[in-house]
Amino acid sequence: MSTEAVEEKIVKKVSEPLLSKRRKKLVKDPLNEDNPITVQVLGICSALAITIKMEPTIIMGLAVIFTVMFSNLIISVIRDFIPNRIRIIVQLAVVATFVTLVSELLKAYNYPMFKVLGAFVGLIITNCIVMGRLEAFAMGNKPYDSMLDGLGSGLGYAWIILAVSFFREFLGSGSILNFKVFEALGIPYVNNGLMVDSIGAFMILAIIIWIQRIKTGYVEQ
Amino acid sequence: MELVSIGIKAVFVENMIFAYFLGMCSYLAVSKKVSTAIGLGTAVIFVLTIIVPANWMVQEYILKESALAWISPQFEGVNLEFLQFIMFIAIIAAIVQLVEMVVEKVSPSLYGSLGIFLPLIAVNCAILGGALFMVQRDYTLAEATVFGFGSGVGWLMAIVALAAIREKLKYSNVPDGLKGLGLTMIITGLMGIAFKSFIGIAM
Repeated sequence: MSTEAVEEKIVKKVSEPLLSKRRKKLVKDPLNEDNPITVQVLGICSALAITIKMEPTIIMGLAVIFTVMFSNLIISVIRDFIPNRIRIIVQLAVVATFVTLVSELLKAYNYPMFKVLGAFVGLIITNCIVMGRLEAFAMGNKPYDSMLDGLGSGLGYAWIILAVSFFREFLGSGSILNFKVFEALGIPYVNNGLMVDSIGAFMILAIIIWIQRIKTGYVEQ
Repeated sequence: MELVSIGIKAVFVENMIFAYFLGMCSYLAVSKKVSTAIGLGTAVIFVLTIIVPANWMVQEYILKESALAWISPQFEGVNLEFLQFIMFIAIIAAIVQLVEMVVEKVSPSLYGSLGIFLPLIAVNCAILGGALFMVQRDYTLAEATVFGFGSGVGWLMAIVALAAIREKLKYSNVPDGLKGLGLTMIITGLMGIAFKSFIGIAM
């Protein structure tokens, strides 16, 4: 009896708490210091293409969080069985499965949004954030940790595209989540067409990067 | 004439980078030197010209509704379009691998200059994007080929121009926070404004 108690103690000591400091770091780091978009320069394509309005951006953010989390989980579970030479194809197949799932769900429950996002749902497959996390993290870490890492990266991506889309919709269409702010307040405002255009996206992202890097003190060489 | 206009549209008006932001990851990462930018751009043209028609055939003869009817009439009405993403990406990955092996065998000198870029291309969204746009726009085989080639040329042009600007900017005094990515974004935005002037041209 007593030996069992001792053993249990040892086991408990070895296993980490569900949300230990290290694991919290996995989720928190990608939000700012190690942000996938602004620091690692990954996944920019979709970050710019679908951020004209906030609504599709939220859907896109959720879709990417879902895809990164679960493909990280699956790849991490089967990481010891993947032959090194064909790992890219295996990873792409897993990611493509989840993206197909997302796109079919979207088609079934929110068809107008599916039309708005168009080819960009499919392009999550080649979103470098997903592939980057699979290569850099899931191939060498345990499933639960990988899932948290995916969650962190997904959230880091989501908040940047939300910020970009907020300014683009606010300045470009004078609204927030389709609510016409300036009209409601009675302020005459001429919509800035540059913001609806791709150019506005580049400029806003550049400014966000600038502000963030002043805060974190990160300098690129 | 139709083909020429699709080609020119793909290069200038609907440029992969400035109009659709496709292939931005490698566009930003590999644009520090003109010579490497030319290497990657050439590889993209090469792969796009092969892959868009290849995926067109897959779409037309396997995935589309009732497309399998050429095997036997009992497949009439079968719609495999939900497999589109997996098929396309598998074909892209396979063809990229194949092209790499063929180039290595046939022309070692070309392999020397393209070699390291080819694996990168499998995950370049410009390739998958080109394939998906081709489906969305209902191109014929000839149109799809021209569209693939044109998109590649547009992409090459954009990345070489950016690399040239970045080479010049290397020795300028830029605020610390803007160095690298931030400044590159602003340059791309300004280049985008220039490319916007093509939109007025009706094709």
